[in-house]
Amino acid sequence: MVANPNTAPRIDIAALLKDAALTAAVAFALALPLIGFRTVDDPAGLGIETRFDWVATGVGAVFLGRLLLSWLFALRGQRPAVGSGWLAHARAQLDPHMKWIALAGMLFAFLLPFLPFSSRYTIDIATTVLIYVMLGWGLNVVVGLAGLLDLGYVAFYAVGAYSYALLAVTFNLSFWECLPLAGLFAAFFGILLGFPVLRLRGDYLAIVTLGFGEMIRIILLNWVPVTRGPDGVSGIPRPSFFGLPFTANPPEGVTAFHEFFGIAYAGSHRVTFLYFLILLLALITNLFTLRIRRLPVGRAWEALREDEIACRALGINPTNTKLTAFAIGAMFGGFAGAFFATRQGFISPESFTFIESATILAIVVLGGMGSQIGVVIAAVLLILLPELGRELAEFRMLLFGAAMVLIMAWRPRGLLAHREPSMRLHSRNHRGES
Amino acid sequence: MSALLTVEHLSMRFGGLLAIDDLCFAADERRITAIIGPNGAGKTTVFNCLTGFYRPDVGRLTLHRPQGPLYLERLDGYRIAQAGVARTFQNIRLFPAMSVLENLIVAQHNVLMRASGYSVAGLFGAARFRRAEAEAIEFARSWLERVDLVERADSPAGSLPYGAQRRLEIARAMCTRPRLLCLDEPAAGLNPRESAELTALLRSVRDREGIGVLLIEHDMSVVMGISDHIIVLDYGKKIADGTPEQVRHDPNVIRAYLGEAEHEALPAEIAADLRRDDRPT
Repeated sequence: MVANPNTAPRIDIAALLKDAALTAAVAFALALPLIGFRTVDDPAGLGIETRFDWVATGVGAVFLGRLLLSWLFALRGQRPAVGSGWLAHARAQLDPHMKWIALAGMLFAFLLPFLPFSSRYTIDIATTVLIYVMLGWGLNVVVGLAGLLDLGYVAFYAVGAYSYALLAVTFNLSFWECLPLAGLFAAFFGILLGFPVLRLRGDYLAIVTLGFGEMIRIILLNWVPVTRGPDGVSGIPRPSFFGLPFTANPPEGVTAFHEFFGIAYAGSHRVTFLYFLILLLALITNLFTLRIRRLPVGRAWEALREDEIACRALGINPTNTKLTAFAIGAMFGGFAGAFFATRQGFISPESFTFIESATILAIVVLGGMGSQIGVVIAAVLLILLPELGRELAEFRMLLFGAAMVLIMAWRPRGLLAHREPSMRLHSRNHRGES
Repeated sequence: MSALLTVEHLSMRFGGLLAIDDLCFAADERRITAIIGPNGAGKTTVFNCLTGFYRPDVGRLTLHRPQGPLYLERLDGYRIAQAGVARTFQNIRLFPAMSVLENLIVAQHNVLMRASGYSVAGLFGAARFRRAEAEAIEFARSWLERVDLVERADSPAGSLPYGAQRRLEIARAMCTRPRLLCLDEPAAGLNPRESAELTALLRSVRDREGIGVLLIEHDMSVVMGISDHIIVLDYGKKIADGTPEQVRHDPNVIRAYLGEAEHEALPAEIAADLRRDDRPT
């Protein structure tokens, strides 16, 4: 990335200043109401505190930052090339070793609970990350493979969670009996959503799925006789290890996990078990998606994403293809929801707001649509970073936003955007490869 | 020579525009039938009616098969394709991010879907599915050889040069094992050498596969060279129907392409140029 000496940039200071001033003006307009005024509790009622010094600092920083940035760009003679640079280079180097990286990651995931530094807290966070990895992989079927932009994925997560919670609380069914049912219900809702949106694409589809997600949440909130409304469902049975519960004092006639294995009771047993449970569920999701991508239906999803009209001209039924994508994506959301319910022991509509959908979608998009490992990296980034940044309190979301902007500027098609064909005619290093 | 496709009294109206007006024609097996006409004559509309993208207002479109006739005007687009009418598009519609080979495998979707037990058997790697997949790849390879794309089999289809994309789209249509192949301006944007290769390919499709080919084309050298039968449309009406030789000398066709009065008014040398060129304006 060397500027051509013949067209060495003349740096137009006036233009740079003007540009920086404009940026600072925008920053001022935003900062004045957002930062400049602050409501405070006053003995006399609600008072307003002004923080114009903060505004001035912020605007000054934006002005200088913008000036510096555009000056650097001008020196280099061009805006930074998007998608190139060391990251792409690293990616090309890593590409042949992807399988080993995935294996190493899996090994790490399996050993995590036994590593010296892992505490209950680490395992808890890892469990949360894995829930999002699983949701990301599930949504990847719909968004990454079939190209159907779904902003209401959390609805299926909610359906799965409530299916398990209500079936378990009302009919005393065990986790393992409920899990397939939760997946089934979620898949059913996936098809239910699928039908009205068959003819929609892109933005229009996004709006309708967004509405669907909100509808499910509002139904959960208001259908009090069934869902118990805003109070949520509590006392959801925790999962058992093939019938052995994780309790210190099991009821009469029931052997607890620690008694059966003759070890001392520890609260971490259940946490570790939950961790392995979600790891297993996530791996099943991954295995299933990797396999189905190599099946005719998986290729039909991708073809549908690429060109629906061409699909029809080739005799592919677009209705069935879309509905299977919705159903299978939703099914994995349902599984994850059932796991969420049994882990929390309590669920309420509060857990299934739009921000969840947005986070899951962000994981898929940031990871690189259709990339399984990308989803893992993005989930770790998106869930772990805010968690690590807890000390930064209110600046945590700011950092999060900055990270997103940076990734999008650098890798507009996601961290790992490379697509590996589902089948090959020639071996990998054939020279016909471009 | 039996008719493969008969079109009877086809009419299609868009608001106040009568795009196709009472069109009747037939396309035969083992023959290349071309539909030509000036821009806006309704050629692509005929294709879109045939392949289920439009539902015609009036008319009967019959595909004659050994197991009995099939009325296309009632069917969804994908069912028409399943019945054996494959098409390509004027502005190429490949699956650009998928590899060249995958494009040809997607075209064999329905065969593979059945072999995979609607994915259930395929998920568990059933031998039957693996065999069917190997056959599909072999079939795709034979087509890649015919369109000279074996080397690029694993590249994304979108990365191919324009002419190669055109060939790939034809190969993809052929991978659905059609009875009738509909090509919408296959020579558009090709250089003379590529046009010649295309002509050879279409001849081989006609003679080796023995299917019917229906062709919309502006490039008169291609049309006159390979068509067995030409239908000329103008403002949605059929104005001529016959062999290339008959059509070439049909006064109606000359009038439609060159115009009558204007043609006379042109300076003599330009008019002569136009005639020699035989190209639509």
